[in-house]
Amino acid sequence: MVLLGTPNPESSRLVALTLTEGDPTWAGPLAGVRLELPVFHITEESIKAQVPPEVYEAQVGLAEAVLDTRAIRETLEDVRARAGAGAKEETA
Amino acid sequence: MARRVVVRGARTFLAHAPGLVRYGSKPARDLARHEDLWPALAARLRPFAAAAAYPPHRVFLGALHPDDLARIPRPWFGVERAPAGAPDDARGPHGYLVPEEALYGLMKADDEFDLLWLTESFAAQARARLSLHPLAEPADVERVGQGKPERAIAARLGEPGALPLFLRDGRLVGCMQRAHEEDPSLAADVLLENLATKTTAGMALRTLVADGLAEPATVEYVLNAGEEAVGDRYQRGGGNLGKAVAERAGCLDASGADVKAFCCGPVAALVVAGALVAAGVFDRVAVVAGASLAKLGMKYHGHLATGHPVIEDVLAGIAALVTRDDGRSPVLRLDAVGRHPVAAAGSQQAILEALAVKPLEGLGLRLGDVDKFATELHNPEATEPAGSGDVPRLNYRMLAALAAGRKEIARDEIEAWVAARGMPGFAPTQGHIASAVPFLAHAVDGLVARRLRRVMLLAKGSLFLGRMTQMSDGLSLLLEANEG
Amino acid sequence: MDLRGRQVIAIGERDGVPGPALARCAELAGAEVILQMTHCFV
Repeated sequence: MVLLGTPNPESSRLVALTLTEGDPTWAGPLAGVRLELPVFHITEESIKAQVPPEVYEAQVGLAEAVLDTRAIRETLEDVRARAGAGAKEETA
Repeated sequence: MARRVVVRGARTFLAHAPGLVRYGSKPARDLARHEDLWPALAARLRPFAAAAAYPPHRVFLGALHPDDLARIPRPWFGVERAPAGAPDDARGPHGYLVPEEALYGLMKADDEFDLLWLTESFAAQARARLSLHPLAEPADVERVGQGKPERAIAARLGEPGALPLFLRDGRLVGCMQRAHEEDPSLAADVLLENLATKTTAGMALRTLVADGLAEPATVEYVLNAGEEAVGDRYQRGGGNLGKAVAERAGCLDASGADVKAFCCGPVAALVVAGALVAAGVFDRVAVVAGASLAKLGMKYHGHLATGHPVIEDVLAGIAALVTRDDGRSPVLRLDAVGRHPVAAAGSQQAILEALAVKPLEGLGLRLGDVDKFATELHNPEATEPAGSGDVPRLNYRMLAALAAGRKEIARDEIEAWVAARGMPGFAPTQGHIASAVPFLAHAVDGLVARRLRRVMLLAKGSLFLGRMTQMSDGLSLLLEANEG
Repeated sequence: MDLRGRQVIAIGERDGVPGPALARCAELAGAEVILQMTHCFV
């Protein structure tokens, strides 16, 4: 799986799409390449819950405090939903 | 006891370079694959008057304060203004913006190896443009020369290794040649980048001189902080563009060196300059940083998709002079340099605590004791259309969240803190140019006028891009009003 | 998504959560980080 630390929904979408459906800008070597890797953001609750809280706070806390974590989560849920069975099953 | 050190002044320089956008790394790579992309890109290249009127450029040149920019509604590129005065150049209190015709002329004047060839007709035009410019000496105009016959340039372009040079309107004005057939470090594109860096850094330093902030004969050392790799196959990035810039700025008693640290290079160079002066090694050290040609048009894809002009169409330079205490200029607090040590974690928390909190604590100060933080100052209008967000705003919000976490402010005061102690991004996305130092000339103004008491320059460097470490880096520097 | 025993690619960003911070979190959650990188888009 892929774990992202991207700072906004747009960059999250760009990287996530590149690693699932292929580079949406058709600029790089992954244009048209369907890797279908499941992609999650470090601030998504299902990921965060698995990290020791004090470590999460030290490594991610400050960024999480200012990022639009809800929009990032919704963006990645959308990408995963589009990505097909391989990635989708894992999101449950 | 180390001597007190001040920043005597800082100046900036911009060159409008729409014709060179095709040689930015991203456009060049895309055009190599899809040549038919060019008309769409060319159609979005701004004329000089639009670049001169563009509010972020005016902030970079001191004609507007960053706080003024915060009050100008977006999109900023929609602001039209007839250029005041001569159409050939635009000047703000901190520096000049020159058109591309003058840029090519200045680059030719800086070309010691006759690698840049201009056509005869364009050389005449470039000489005429340059002779109007207040910073251009008659010797510069002479160094542009008479140009080469068009057939000679066509012949060079028919051989491998030369790059055609164009104006925004597509007119061929010359070519850049390689300096060696088998040396990728001396290829035409590399030399074009390095020459653009030399010229823009040099013009910023010459502006500092012309404005009476530096006396060339008394500058002893010039530190270049740009990221470009000047060298040949045996010493790629060998460096010392600092001395090359000193030569062209008439600093005949100076030598120099380069200080490299990715985007935080200029802040690192200011620290080194301050240390050299404090230790008594030298009395006057200039810090310069030139343009990053590779970053022209870096986000053009997003600009084209969202109806923006190509925002990244300027090359930028910055220069500052560090001297012994003059009783007036802002003090460079060498006892409060923040560094991000190897052992520190790579998290935002660890970086900002090391760079902002720790050095202030050493002086018994809090984040709130700093009037303005200058951090990553990339123009959001360049980055947002490409999905990269508003980088300065994100960094300021993290600083404010850190202040809230330290109980300096309440959570609901974060936005007000950002507005008061931050600023909107206004710098061209020229790598090291955008990191903290674009505010330096504004900081000197505010600290001398006592509108500001303390300013922190806080820059981050993306070391991991060079693939030698996973680490990032950062450095911070505190400037204080001089209490005499 | 259970991270335990899973192979993870950590893609961080300089102005977001950097790669090393992601890798540290993933490892302590029981994952094996097979590749980490940090992007810088400015």
